[in-house]
Order: sequence, then structure tokens, then C-alpha cells
Amino acid sequence: MQLTVWTYEAPPHVGAMRVAAAMTGVHLVLHAPQGDSYADLVFTMIERRSARPPVSYTSFQARDLGADTGALFQDSCRAVVERFQPQTLLVATTCTAELLQDDPGGLAATLGLTIPVITLDLSSYQRKETWGAHETFERLVRTLAGPGVLGPGAERPPRAAGERPGCNLLGPTALGFRHRDDVREVTRLLDRLGIAVHQVAPLGATPADIAALGRADFNVVMYPEIAAGAARWLERSYRQPATKTVPIGVGATRAFIHEVAGLAGVDPAPGLALLDEGDQPWAAPLRQPWYARSVDSTYLTGKKVFVFGDATHAVAAARVAAHELGFTVVGLGSYTREFGREVRAAAKDFGVEALITDDYLEVEAAVAAATPDLVLGTQMERHIAKRLGLPCAVISAPVHVQDFPARSAPLMGVEGANVLFDTLVHPLMMGLEEHLLDMFREDFEFRPDAAPSHLGTAATPAVATPDPAGAAPGPDRPAPIQPAPSAPPAAATSAGAATLITWATEAERELAKIPFFVRGKARRNTERFAKERGVATITVETLYDAKAHFSR
Amino acid sequence: MMSDAAAPMPSADGLGCGEPTVLRERGQREVFCGLASIVWLHRKIQDAFFLIVGSRTCAHLMQAAAGVMIFAEPRFATAVIEERDLAGRGDMDAALDGIVGRLIARRPDIRLLFLVGSCPSEVIKYDLDRAAARLGQAHGPGVRILTWSGSGLETTFSQGEDRCLASMVPAAPAIGADAAPQLLVVGALAEVVEDQFGRLFDALGVGPVAFLPPRRAEALPAIGPATRFLLAHPWLGETAQALQARGAARLAAPFPLGAEGTTAWLKAAATAWGVPEDRFEAVTAAGRARATEALARHRERLAGKRLFLFPDSQIEVPLARMLARELGLVPVEVGTPYLHRDHLAPELALLPETRLSEGQDVERQLDRCRQARPDLVVCGLGLANPLEAEGLTTKWSIELLFTPIQGYDQAADLAELFARPLIRRAALAQ
Repeated sequence: MQLTVWTYEAPPHVGAMRVAAAMTGVHLVLHAPQGDSYADLVFTMIERRSARPPVSYTSFQARDLGADTGALFQDSCRAVVERFQPQTLLVATTCTAELLQDDPGGLAATLGLTIPVITLDLSSYQRKETWGAHETFERLVRTLAGPGVLGPGAERPPRAAGERPGCNLLGPTALGFRHRDDVREVTRLLDRLGIAVHQVAPLGATPADIAALGRADFNVVMYPEIAAGAARWLERSYRQPATKTVPIGVGATRAFIHEVAGLAGVDPAPGLALLDEGDQPWAAPLRQPWYARSVDSTYLTGKKVFVFGDATHAVAAARVAAHELGFTVVGLGSYTREFGREVRAAAKDFGVEALITDDYLEVEAAVAAATPDLVLGTQMERHIAKRLGLPCAVISAPVHVQDFPARSAPLMGVEGANVLFDTLVHPLMMGLEEHLLDMFREDFEFRPDAAPSHLGTAATPAVATPDPAGAAPGPDRPAPIQPAPSAPPAAATSAGAATLITWATEAERELAKIPFFVRGKARRNTERFAKERGVATITVETLYDAKAHFSR
Repeated sequence: MMSDAAAPMPSADGLGCGEPTVLRERGQREVFCGLASIVWLHRKIQDAFFLIVGSRTCAHLMQAAAGVMIFAEPRFATAVIEERDLAGRGDMDAALDGIVGRLIARRPDIRLLFLVGSCPSEVIKYDLDRAAARLGQAHGPGVRILTWSGSGLETTFSQGEDRCLASMVPAAPAIGADAAPQLLVVGALAEVVEDQFGRLFDALGVGPVAFLPPRRAEALPAIGPATRFLLAHPWLGETAQALQARGAARLAAPFPLGAEGTTAWLKAAATAWGVPEDRFEAVTAAGRARATEALARHRERLAGKRLFLFPDSQIEVPLARMLARELGLVPVEVGTPYLHRDHLAPELALLPETRLSEGQDVERQLDRCRQARPDLVVCGLGLANPLEAEGLTTKWSIELLFTPIQGYDQAADLAELFARPLIRRAALAQ
């Protein structure tokens, strides 16, 4: 048994739903008790989908358990086929029905349906959402593209004369982090290189599109967490090579252009031209490198960033932060255990130990211990950062309704690099603003609870004013001094031990003179320093001792 | 699916006049399981912790149902059953004991721990009562351990609250048979509503008054033959039974939605306490006047609008009664997951003629809804955006559970929940 408060990943059948909901002409029948239909709202509310996901539930109840739940499942399949007329039926059980051992595949096989029926074995008590999506996509590809596989020793038929080289984009699903916008951006980039996109899958694909995947020259694996297995099978079965680079950030986009140009046998120059800053870099399509070099960005230098998310996004965001924006990566981790090796390798490059966990309390403790200036993470880290009074940007699923912006906001390609600059920099205080505030901090308009001017008052508690002097701990703020009953020791704020630390009045007054946007950090560091040394009352001396200690 | 049970059942089976015709259906249900009740229960009982013994699905449901209301440190969690637990029972007891031990150590403020059963724990027949007895020995008397099931196999949404409150009844202290009558208001209400009702009962001379659930688990109200109880919600069937088993007597009444419902609900207690008619009039006059005046504004906009309610929490019948009689809406279909005929009898007597449906086959119900083209649809979050995309105007039913809507001074707030989607649609159409 595992104690879970908040989860990074849903159960595996939600991963199957993400694939089904991405496609058209597919319907998923879930053998599931009443109540499991809650998962529909994740799609209709968070992604604002205007149609229900193509998913039906058997909705069995206690009274059905004594009767024939298998027959109920068969009735549901028949009703779904009649009503929705899908071209392919997916069948699976959720956790409860897995215990009933009704064998949905066997039951569906006896229905005599004329459409392909794909049985998903989702292992609800071992696996999770991402694995479920990966498994579902691979099953779909193997089943639907299976009839066309090349025989042993057979070569791919050559392209027709004059036909552009083509690829498939694999991995985007429903509820993916910016998948919709990434597809558009990558398609644009490939088009610039003269490479056609044959199929995007599963997002927007029909079963016929999946069956036709073998037609392309190669596959672009946009999200390895979802498409790695399918791409491996396609490589074996259709001799289609697959890309290894995920084009997030300028460096990765450049590498990606070279990689796909090589696979397609085309000149990379038209793609690389998109990265050319020219003699007017402020007006170039790719603005991120110039923005990072511009003097206002000087203040970003060495800012400490903690990164957590799915493997692909976490690793990519860490590289962009370190190599393209000049941050210092002080933490890197992922909840996707399946890609632990890749994350560990990347973490090594930054000289940090990778955190591979799906326990958000562990992540919270790690963030608190790393004392970063910025957290890049998921919705979970957004809440962790809020509690710790740290700025945060969301760069990975799991996502919230606000992570589906109305505008296009890709992470991949040229525009993705621009978007990442904004995403990583906006939660922080602007450079000149920081200096001005420091200089004029006694000015009456720079009151302690003032927010950065560009963020507005609404953002105040979450972002730049971690600890207005004298403010009472609120629901979103940790109570840093006493171990408040509502704060778990595991949360690893300074409230960990049962020691009471108090601030002398003069020390409190001195603390108030520190610019408010670093005051919260100063308070935390000082309390940590005091706790480590068993200092019960923080004096002005303690404050400056701590400052000296932490500035080493 | 289950088409034999899906046919309309006219009242040929001897339901007399006044008994409504009920369309009973079975098929896919688009409802929450009882675990979703924890979302409001854990805010209500401030020293209680809810530990679901379940699966990753349960944990994800709680996260999805709680939605944006992610509290920094919620007082609920899930002990997720894993493959190795299914292999051998001994491990599971030890694992649960370890989890509970850590939870209690981390949260010294917790006085009551609910072990909450789920679909998987029920299917594997994990004995939560035995676990509770064992853990009670280890952590009592400082922490009391109670159990209830919020599984979708047995409960729909608000029925989780029913199971939870029913589990607290045997734990409540006793009051003697010769004690003076005491009023117990049953069902989680917002504090502001509790306080308003408290003041009204006080002014009426009805009392002493206690509330179940209490704000703190340590303050469980005493129960006995002197207890007269009023249900604040229609979904409390098992709790009522448990109270009756301890000698308490239910005061039958409509539910306190709208001016009419609130008056009738208060009246049931006033009658039991023998409050003179003029005193009742005097005490309730101001509230009734305020509610009537505040509702008048909304009535202009809402009167004549056709209303379709999908089943959700069982609040649908009292809600439709209030919306029809006080705001002039016309209910086209009133769906409810379960129709408690006894507790709803006073409501059904007031509800205008309409189609009542119990249970659900969501596809057929959507067909009926599309065909009826109502002006306003009350439905769950899974259906709301898709129906809006089809041009229908919707109101999320879950808000009815999270917003204070009972009593005189919330009547207009309740009306506004229904007016707002129409106002918005009109505003965006310009």
C-alpha cells in the first residue's frame, strides 16, 4: 500500500482515454463500477473539450456483482457499436473490474463484431497513466498497421518520383502539455525543410490513418513517454527510422533540424535559416537568444532553478534553463520511472542527483532543501512553490485548465524557444525593476506587499512577495516559525522540528529593511540557520551570521 | 443495455393518486461515487481525517472532484492498494497500520480517523471494521477510528455523506429517555447557514439544538429517545435509520430550500415544540420577506424557463420544487440517482406535474434532453461543456453542494446560480 495525497499520474485507463479521446472513429468501453465516469470531466473541464470523450462505462453496482457482470459488459459493447458506430473498439477494465476477472477481450470476441476489437491489459495495480497511454497507442499501431508490415528482408518501396519525403508525428494525445501547439510548430518547421507530415497520431488520427503509418519515410517521436514503443515497432516492421531529438529549446531545435534533414535526405539550410538572428536580432523570428543576451537578462545569471516533470519536459527545460538562459540547475527530477535512466544521465550533467519519485511530499522536501529562486514543474510544483513562497512556471503535465491557453503556446521549435523564455522569466522580477526597488525601497509606493508591476495584485501571494513582514500565515503560506498543526514535518519548511524559534523585535525590524522580494528567503534561511545551531531567539546578529553563512 | 429495466413504468403497480410516475432506467451512469462527499465533509469536520482504502483511481477522483480547490494540506488521502497487497492479506494489515501510524504522528490535531471503503476494498472483501477495531486499540482513546464505504458499488455521490454520518451515530453519547426533547439538525451545512438556523430556533424557543456532523468530532451530539431530528438534505436515509434505531424521532418536512421550504422545515420543529402560531409568524416574518423580495428579481428572468435536471446528488426533487414554485421554472425532467419515497413525500406533494426519472442511462437521457431543448440543464461537469457546445445552457450541479443554498437568506443565492448562466448567454449573444 502506498499513501497518496495528490498524484502526478492517473490510473492507466485514463492514459487509454487520452489516446481514445485524441482520435476519431475509436470508442473505448471500460468495464467499470458506477463512479469511474468522473474521468470524463478531466477532459471536458481541463481541456475544455466540446465533446464527451468517446468512452463508455458499464457502471456496475453491488447488485450486479451477484449476477452476470460479463453479460453487462457485452450489452454495453453492443450498445456502443450500435449508437456510436466506431471503426475500432477498444476494451479494458478499470481497477475494480480487473478484480472480477471477467476477461473483456474474450467476452468481446464472442460478440461477432465486424470491426477490430483491441483488448488493453492495463494492470491497474502496477501501472499508471503514462504507461496506459503508451500501451494503448502501441496496441493500436500493432493491430491496425499490422497487416501491412514488410516481410523479412523486404525493403521499403521507394517514393514516387517528385514526391516530397514524409514523416509521421507520433505521441501527441488529449490532455497533453501543449501537444496541440507543438504539432503545429513542428509541422511548420518540417514544411520549411520540404518534409511532408503524413499522419499525426494519435491526435486527430482515424483508424485508417494508423493503418497507413507505414507509408512515411520516418517517424518523429515527439513524446517518447507515449510513442517510444510504437516507434520501435514501426522501425522493426516498416524499416522506418525514428528521431531521437525532442526539439525543445534552440540547441535541441538545431539538432532536430539536422537529424530530420539527414533522415529525409534534404538540405537542413532552410530550417537553420529560421534560427538565424540576422543583424536585427530583436526582430528575428527566433528572439530567445537575443533576449537572453540583452542586458536586462543579466540578473538571471546563476539564479537557482529546480526542475520536475515528465522526463522529456523536465530534461528539456533544465537544458534550456542552464544552457540558453544562464540559470543554475539545483534540482532535476521526474515522476516517470520508465525514463529514470534518461533523467539520471541528464542530472549528472548538471552535477545534481536525479529525483525519481511520484510522492509529492518528497518533491516538496527536495524543493525546500534546494532553496531555488525558481521552480519549473507541474501543477503539483505550482502548489509546492506557492506554499514555499517561490516563483514557479508550469512546464509539464499534470496540467490545469490554465495550462491550455487560448493562444498558441508551443514548447517545440522556434516559437517554442520564444515561449520558454517568457515562461521562465515572467515569474521573476524584471532586472531593472529589481535594482530600482532595491534603491528606492523606502519609497512609500514600494510598500512591502507590492507585487512586481507587471504581475498585478492577483499574483501577489503566489509570486514575488514570499513573506510580507508581520503578515499572518494564510492558507497558501506556510507558518514558518512554529510547527503549526496543519503543516506536516515532511513538508520540510522550517517547521520541521518541534523547536520554537522566535524573532527578536530588532531582528524583525532589520528583516523588514531587506527588499521584500528576497525577504522571504532571508527569513527562511535565517530560521534554518538558527534551527541548525539550536538558536532559540533570532537577533540582528543571527540574521547577519546567516547571511554570511549562505552567501559563501 | 439493460433495456428490460429501461422502459417507462407507468403507475400501474398500485401507486395511488398523488404518487408520481417514475421512469426507472439502468445503463451508463454519469455520476460520482460516494467518495466525492469527502470533498465537503473534510472541510466540515475540522479534526477528522478521511483515509480511503482504495486504488489510484480513488486518489485521482478526489483530485479531479476537488478540482481547483487544492488545499495546501488536505485532511484526506488514499492508501493505494498495490499488486503485492492483492497477493497476501497479512501484508495489507501491516501496511495499513503503518500508514495510519504515520498519518496520526504527522497530524496530532486529528481526533477522528475515518477508514473509507472503496470499490476495490469491497470486491476483495477487505475487513475495514476489523482494521478499525485493531487501530482503535492502538491509537485510542485519543483518536477514534470509524469506517464507512464510499464505493460506487453501493453509493452515489452524496450517499457518501449519508454513510459517513450513519457511522458516527453509534459513536455518539446517549441521552436518557426522560430528558427534555432536543433538536438535532442532520446533514452538513455551511457554518453561516447553521448559525442562521441556530438563531431562528433560539427565537422560536426550540431547543436545545445540535448539528450532525459537528464542527469538531470531539463534540458529537448526544442521541436518544428525546432526540427529534430534522434532515437538512434528502440523501440521509441510512443516517435517519441509525438515529431511529437509537430511539430518535424524525420530523417529516420538506427540505429548507427557498422561502417555502425553509418555512415548512422550521414549522415541523416549531410544531413538535408546540410553538404558538403567532410566535412562529413573528420570528419567521423578516426572513420570509427578505427571501421573497430577493427572489422577485430573479423570478422575472427565470419564470417560464424550461428546466432539465440530470441525476446527481438527490437534491433534484426539492430543488425542482423550489425552482418551480418560487421562481416559475418549468421542470421538463427531474432525474435523481435514488428517490427516497418516504423522506421525499412532503416534497413530491408540492412538486408540479413533471417527468421523474430514477437511476440513469445517460445516452437515453441525453437523447431526451436534446429532444426537449430545455432553456436550462442542470448536470455534472462531464456533460456541461459538451451540452453548451450543442447550444444548451447548463448549470453545474456540483456547485449546489459547495455553495450555501439553504435557508431564507441563501434563497436568492440559489436563484442566482440558475440566473447566471442565462444572463451570461444573453450577454455573449449581443
